[in-house]
Amino acid sequence: MMNNLTRGDPARGGPGPEDTQPAIRVRDLRVVRGGREVIPGLTLEVPTGQVVGLLGPSGCGKTTLLRSIVGVQIVASGTIEVLGQAAGNPALRERVAYVTQTASVYPDLTVHENLAYFAAVLMIPRLRVPEAVQAALAAVDLADRGQDRVARLSGGELSRVSLAVALMGEPQVLVLDEPTVGLDPVLRRDLWDLFHRLAAAGATLLVSSHVMDEAGRCDRLLLMREGALLADDTPDGILRETGTDDIESAFLRLVDAAQLDPEETDR
Amino acid sequence: MSAHLTWATSARVLRQIRHDHRTLALLLVVPCLLLGLAAWVFEKTPIFDSVGAPLLGVFPFVIMFLLTSIVTLRERQTGTMERLFTMPLGKGDFVAGYALAFGVLAAAQATIASLFSVWVLDLSLAGPVWMLILVAVVDAVLGSVFGLFLSAFAVTEFQAVQFMPAFVLPQFFLCGLFVERSDLPRALELLSDVLPLSYAVDAMNTIVVQSDPGSEIIGDLLVILAFAVVSIAAGAATLRRRTP
Repeated sequence: MMNNLTRGDPARGGPGPEDTQPAIRVRDLRVVRGGREVIPGLTLEVPTGQVVGLLGPSGCGKTTLLRSIVGVQIVASGTIEVLGQAAGNPALRERVAYVTQTASVYPDLTVHENLAYFAAVLMIPRLRVPEAVQAALAAVDLADRGQDRVARLSGGELSRVSLAVALMGEPQVLVLDEPTVGLDPVLRRDLWDLFHRLAAAGATLLVSSHVMDEAGRCDRLLLMREGALLADDTPDGILRETGTDDIESAFLRLVDAAQLDPEETDR
Repeated sequence: MSAHLTWATSARVLRQIRHDHRTLALLLVVPCLLLGLAAWVFEKTPIFDSVGAPLLGVFPFVIMFLLTSIVTLRERQTGTMERLFTMPLGKGDFVAGYALAFGVLAAAQATIASLFSVWVLDLSLAGPVWMLILVAVVDAVLGSVFGLFLSAFAVTEFQAVQFMPAFVLPQFFLCGLFVERSDLPRALELLSDVLPLSYAVDAMNTIVVQSDPGSEIIGDLLVILAFAVVSIAAGAATLRRRTP
């Protein structure tokens, strides 16, 4: 399936499994932070049941976009729908999980205490909490670290605890801000496998990264630069369209093309 | 608001403090040491009998104020608050959870300091000890929710710490500890009428001199509780799910 590289493709037609309602719909999003227009006007869709990578250099507005999608960012204009509801709608709070870039867990609690607290906040019934905690810890390979104080963990373990919180409560949409930064390659592969298992079970994952070599692990890619989309397609589609062998070169080609022809990429 | 979420949040806050043994020790021992020092300073005078009880109303207020303003600021900075606000936790649950947790700590602190004052420092009271403890506890709860509310306006720890001298020390001067409130310049007397610590000190003074102070301190207690309720509501109102 070929798509226009430089635009979101809301008009994609034809029947098929990808044609269910998109999990996330962003229309004309404009965000201003500290007097600076971080996102000048962004339109995109994230299809249900896929692992979508949001790739772009540090400072390009990835985190701002993700914060807008989970409803904690004040936006200047535009609309965002998640699972058919306006972003930030209370009904979404049990269905959308968000992992911030810096690990947002309590350093002075143990791993287990952290997860048990967040499980309670996620309204997981008390009797099912131990099971949910164990399953989440096993998924991030921390099953034997439950009793360790979070402050004593390494940076990679810390971000895995933070990720484990998002895995409890069976969210339908997971918004993950650079969840694999600084992790061991084996673990990184395991986590991407986990992301695909979650997607296969029907969840939608939007995963940001500033490392282009994670691109190949995604079903679709959103390439972002300076608050705008350069491409929205499958990794293969992007490579084909740009005639390149890797996403980094594709990214550069798209940046060059955008500078030559600003009309095309104004969205 | 949900009792389940409020309770889970206060249990979590208490667990955090429990892991920090030094904080727990400081929390319980420092007011006793300060009161002991005050008693020693005034050993050759009868002054401790008149300032001891009011000080019991002041120390827990100040310490709880500092603790909550730092701890909620930390929650903002580590991103845990932002994460909680993407979850089904209400703002009221958050603030009430903190108020409850610090209320428990405040109760422990105020009880120990009160008993220490009466039993070890021989603070003389006309009224019952439990009333002294009650006023100290309510006052400490007020300090903690006041700190929660003001922490919304502090962006850095430097600011949060300086809110203590800015918002608490003036009350300290005006609450009747140094000069009877009725002897203050008129403008300051009126000002002291709208500051919560004044009512705590009034209640303490009543307990010191009256053998049956119940009916008189009830009004003071209600005023302090009203300030606490307003602080909780204001604290919840100043929390924002969406931030710039």
